Amino acid sequence: MSEHEFIRIDRLSQRFDLSDPWIARLISRRPKQFLNAVDNVSFNIEKGKTYALVGESGSGKSTIALMAVGLLRPTGGSVLIDGHNLYDRTQSQLEHRRTRRRLQMVFQSPYASLNPRWRVGNILSEPLRVFSLTDSQSAERRRVHELLEQVGLSQSDAHRFPHEFSGGQRQRISIARALASRPEFIVCDEPTSALDVSVQAQVLNLLKRLQNDLGLTYLFITHDLAVVRVMAHRIGVLKSGRLIEEESTQSLIESPQSEYTKMLIRSAPRISRGTTGISFT
Amino acid sequence: MTDILLSVRNLRVVFPHRHGDLVPIDDISFNVKKGEIIGFVGESGAGKSMTGAAIMGLIDDPGIIESGEIWLGDVRIDQLDAKRLIKIRGKRIGMIFQDPLTSLNPLKTIGDQLVETILAHLPVNADQAKRKALIGLEEVGIDSGRFNAFPHEFSGGMRQRVVIALALAAEPELIIADEPTTALDVSVQAQVLELLKKLCRERNASVMLITHDMGVIAETTDRVAVLYAGRLAEIGNTASLLSSPRHPYTRGLIASTPSVEHGDISTHLYQIEGSMPRLDALPTGCSFHPRCQDALPRCRLRQPEVINESVACFLYE
Repeated sequence: MSEHEFIRIDRLSQRFDLSDPWIARLISRRPKQFLNAVDNVSFNIEKGKTYALVGESGSGKSTIALMAVGLLRPTGGSVLIDGHNLYDRTQSQLEHRRTRRRLQMVFQSPYASLNPRWRVGNILSEPLRVFSLTDSQSAERRRVHELLEQVGLSQSDAHRFPHEFSGGQRQRISIARALASRPEFIVCDEPTSALDVSVQAQVLNLLKRLQNDLGLTYLFITHDLAVVRVMAHRIGVLKSGRLIEEESTQSLIESPQSEYTKMLIRSAPRISRGTTGISFT
Repeated sequence: MTDILLSVRNLRVVFPHRHGDLVPIDDISFNVKKGEIIGFVGESGAGKSMTGAAIMGLIDDPGIIESGEIWLGDVRIDQLDAKRLIKIRGKRIGMIFQDPLTSLNPLKTIGDQLVETILAHLPVNADQAKRKALIGLEEVGIDSGRFNAFPHEFSGGMRQRVVIALALAAEPELIIADEPTTALDVSVQAQVLELLKKLCRERNASVMLITHDMGVIAETTDRVAVLYAGRLAEIGNTASLLSSPRHPYTRGLIASTPSVEHGDISTHLYQIEGSMPRLDALPTGCSFHPRCQDALPRCRLRQPEVINESVACFLYE
């Protein structure tokens, strides 16, 4: 184990039971059927670094994301955060709580992941209350204002509702909410795929700045290799639940080994092709 | 006869509202030539899809085409009544939507849906329609053995192939493809775009490709129109527009798109500050000026016109 290693995903598996009801199985004499959504996946993330998981829909990216933050119990393997096993049943509730404060998540759609009936101030102070991080209302308010400024919004935005913001601003609110509990590890599940290009650049730059300022570790889930190129230190390529290739960003994109990775890189649309007239396929 | 298939002149779409009218499309003009693929790019709310809807006569209530003209060949189509519109919609203009699952009927087999479309638009009998449907499926790469399959039995990419077969079934002259690959994986996207391109070339059909992805525009289109807040910002030949964009918005859009070809973790992406204004809060003058680094004093006062049918910006006057 390297000393900088912060997250260790160890032989992680998730198997979903897709079997018919037992009586139907009995009549048709079919065995149980399982889907291995994630199959024996292992990787580490160093502290302060970004690890990107790329793959097509159905490859198991988001399932790993859920397991990495403690939202879905794996059917096999373990998730170790700074040495703490996230799914160790022998640890006390309190210990789990302490570990969970250090993990947060930013979801894909800023339209679905913010409660439309809560004001932004309320959305941002919920994690503070859940983890009892502030001892007075004024401290809570100060922290909310600090968070809003950290993500490039203004203090007065605390009184507004999510619908009053554009998609990019909403994703900033999601990021501020993720930062509220002062986490060390943030899982970003396609954080910009619902955003327009010009806004995507703003959000990606913000995530990078926060990583530099706060020393955050990211697990970045995406299907967009162009985004990965500027965001990640290391990349893992997933296909049908298996990690088929893993490398540092530069070498993976410039000299991919597997046919699948080559195909993914080849299919990424690029502007330069339009100026030279080269067609794909 | 000219080679212009579709001509949109000074189109203005208005949604009346008690606090002042909303104008999702304001004074847009462009031509689509026979056999060309023209891209429409812009952020959500820029008016891309609304332009397509206006051409199809599909603007929702209470929206109206307040002024301007839409010509398909020598027929003016923006004022047709429903009965005559039906002869054009689906027949002369085909449509491909973003989500193939919601644009197919889940209760009918894909074969039935194709046959139904063909019978509605072409003077053929049931046998001929079925034969045409089978050919159509084959052309989009779907095995004829799946003629009787239902939409849910197909993957996203295959469904979009079915939708393409449906859109092409009545041999339209123009296809409006509204974000046809946004819901698909990149590898499938490449296949679907290549297929669309090939089939339209073979038939000499024109395509209006609506997308927000500059990469897709680059790889698929002959010409491109950039829309911003309901107005045309820039229009031109794809290769020259991408290699030397003129409008500050186009330049920003291209610069802020990350590329798989270069950059690394230390790259700071170019960003256009702010976001596109809402329709009920459009700034005066050029609607891009609050985000524009090169804004001149007059940009705040007046709307720039599209100069030489290419760019709407005072910098080039």
